[in-house]
Amino acid sequence: MKLSELIEGRIKLNLPATNWEEAVRAAGALLESKGDISPTYTEAMVRVVRELGPYAVIAPGVALPHARPEDGVRRSCLGLVRLATPVEFGNKANDPVDLVFPLGGSRDEGHLEVLAALARFLSTPGNLEAIRKAKTEEEVLSVFRQHEMEGGAR
Amino acid sequence: MRIVTLCGMGFGSSLMLKMTIEDILRARGIKAEVVAWDLGSFKGQQADVVVAPDDMERHLKDYPGVVVLISNLVDRKEIETKVVGAVEGLLKGAGGTK
Repeated sequence: MKLSELIEGRIKLNLPATNWEEAVRAAGALLESKGDISPTYTEAMVRVVRELGPYAVIAPGVALPHARPEDGVRRSCLGLVRLATPVEFGNKANDPVDLVFPLGGSRDEGHLEVLAALARFLSTPGNLEAIRKAKTEEEVLSVFRQHEMEGGAR
Repeated sequence: MRIVTLCGMGFGSSLMLKMTIEDILRARGIKAEVVAWDLGSFKGQQADVVVAPDDMERHLKDYPGVVVLISNLVDRKEIETKVVGAVEGLLKGAGGTK
């Protein structure tokens, strides 16, 4: 499945959060509202960041909180929360974080495809900048679609 | 050549790293087995090269093998420079037999 199809309806811009926990909870709530995950999964994401530290932060300003499928994933899912104000996760190289991509992985090969596509999307120059500049959720979605049309989905 | 990519869960960024590294090594014709693992289950495992986010440094400082630390896990250039550097260093050291 394409990232744009996965993330459609799961993008929220300028969400207020004062710390990493509020940011992760807001990101989880977004997927909960779509029925993608159960509340236990949001709790697990928070617990993982608390216990394992700042490893959810994978690139400058970008966090990818997730837990295990058995923690409450109903279907493979991905969201995006852009924070009104960046927050610290405790990652010295990549703090502060303004883009939070909550991820719910499935146990099948589809999960690897999503991760591979996401890695390509995030590593393509200009994509993150475009997301940070976007004024509406629809504009963010079109960044994903544009990326896929230009062959980034392969 | 056995490369292990690490992250907290073994289910997100370590898999991303694994796929990126496989891609890079394939393009260069370097043969290696790349395995993604979580930090907890990695303890005591053997690898020629361990690739991990740089915040994991404190957990790996006693590791006897080669450790490569990455700060931006989606920066292909950073990953390529550091991992290929480490792998080629090892291949030279082993006379290219590994």
